[in-house]
Amino acid sequence: MSTELQELYQEVILDHNRRPRNFRTIEGGRKAEGYNPLCGDRLTLYLRVDDDVITDVSFQGSGCAISKASASLLTENVKGKTIAQAEALFNRFQQMITAPVDASLDDLGKLSVLGGVRQFPVRVKCASLAWHTLRAAVEARDELVSTE
Amino acid sequence: MTSVASAPREALDLKAIREEFPILRQRVHGKPLVYLDNAATTQKPQAVIDRLVRYYTEENANIHRGVHVLSVRATDAYDAARETVRRFLNAADAREIVFVRGATEGINLVAQAWGRTHVGAGDEIVISEMEHHSNIVPWQMLCEEKGAQLRVIPITDAGELRLDEYERLLNDRTRIVSVTHVSNALGTMNPVAEIVRLAHDRGIPVLVDGAQAVAHMPVDVQSLKSDFYVFSGHKVFGPTGIGVLYGRMALLDAMPPYQGGGDMIRSVTFERTLYNVVPHKFEAGTPNIAGAVGLAQALDYVTALGLDRVAAHEHGLLAYGTEALLRIPGLRLTGTAREKAGILAFVLEDVHPHDIGTILDRDGVAIRAGHHCCQPLMARLGVPATARASVALYNTREDIDALVGALKTVREVFA
Repeated sequence: MSTELQELYQEVILDHNRRPRNFRTIEGGRKAEGYNPLCGDRLTLYLRVDDDVITDVSFQGSGCAISKASASLLTENVKGKTIAQAEALFNRFQQMITAPVDASLDDLGKLSVLGGVRQFPVRVKCASLAWHTLRAAVEARDELVSTE
Repeated sequence: MTSVASAPREALDLKAIREEFPILRQRVHGKPLVYLDNAATTQKPQAVIDRLVRYYTEENANIHRGVHVLSVRATDAYDAARETVRRFLNAADAREIVFVRGATEGINLVAQAWGRTHVGAGDEIVISEMEHHSNIVPWQMLCEEKGAQLRVIPITDAGELRLDEYERLLNDRTRIVSVTHVSNALGTMNPVAEIVRLAHDRGIPVLVDGAQAVAHMPVDVQSLKSDFYVFSGHKVFGPTGIGVLYGRMALLDAMPPYQGGGDMIRSVTFERTLYNVVPHKFEAGTPNIAGAVGLAQALDYVTALGLDRVAAHEHGLLAYGTEALLRIPGLRLTGTAREKAGILAFVLEDVHPHDIGTILDRDGVAIRAGHHCCQPLMARLGVPATARASVALYNTREDIDALVGALKTVREVFA
């Protein structure tokens, strides 16, 4: 197996794929649906926001290992953050997964495990689907978010 | 077909054939390329590449209007290409061959030009559950415009058309039946001659989508008796952007034009335009001349190899691949029809097809992962997507072995 593959499919990612965290619905909160028409990945992101703070976040849906793990990691990382902090984290995450392969990475904590996506440009959308959907849920937009 | 086809012939010389496809010589990610995405597009033999170069080097001009020597050459080459396609499909008349951009445009042409004049409110159009979006959406657009209804032939779990249900769908409101010859997502070879017969018994015309058929088996539109037949050049070793609509003369002749423009007219005044005869009536504007010429070269190439031999070779690969894939734990084939072309679509428990595609690519193995432009079919199968390996005449058992080996890497990653 190539080192690029080993970096992409790290144990943490495979673990989040097998046992996604916060894989449930939230009643009465905000939600948005994300869709990647390229591969048919579809997920619904649920959000509870109190006083600008994300007090609960969860997701459901089906998708590849990268999109599922990314959604699962997202829920663990934005819970307790303000909307502005979550938005800043998305921007840094987006920079990380689209950065040149040899660029040094910001320390994004647990999210850094998705840095291997850089070597697989066609999989960037898989990793960012949940984040785009989060943004739509924050803005309480009701339409389907598409990666295309 | 001809008597030559029935004579016993030796198997294809795979080594010689592979040398004729320069793209197959390369390595990807340090591994030899194993190209198994032929249902998406096929690779081009050197003869086709050379023909395009020769056209642009020695013959390029616009057709049907110049008096100069290049225009005559280009026109001759374009007209000869039409005759080559006629022979390839065994159509009765070269005027029944319309050059289009691809199978998609062929279907849109019929849905618009034929559909506009033959389909009205309350009428019905019959397609099947296994159709590509290109054989769904053009009809849906027509239905919406006319207030007509789309009726869908269901399939079995194995991926075969329910002919009993098909017969029940046909009635005096049915205006046309449009079905695929070979399913791009399942590999199912549909009994199109039988489908045509049942429709013709009731006076209903039939369009057959041959996009996945023509590179893999001999096709004879006169023996199929289909009224329309479409295919794409790039799926039969020709260039992209060129395809064919075959239509029975009586139907084409009675149809209004598809697009307006140059070459499709006989005379134009601001008061009135007289349209050209078929097939020119349907070829507005400067056509893809180089594409048609390249396509003819590709058809000559497969005809010389013998599509009967190609079919036999691919059938062997399909049997070999089916057996090898079924030995992989957790793998399930989607599409297990009795009559199948060289398509191996599958799902692997707990592993999304997109992940399979990425891991296989790193082993040099090119397959397709996704819904294959068949979202309604994926819904019927109850899967969001499948992985699909599809063979062509240049594939070998070693290619299948590489696929199986790479699937073991997938198993390792997701162990």
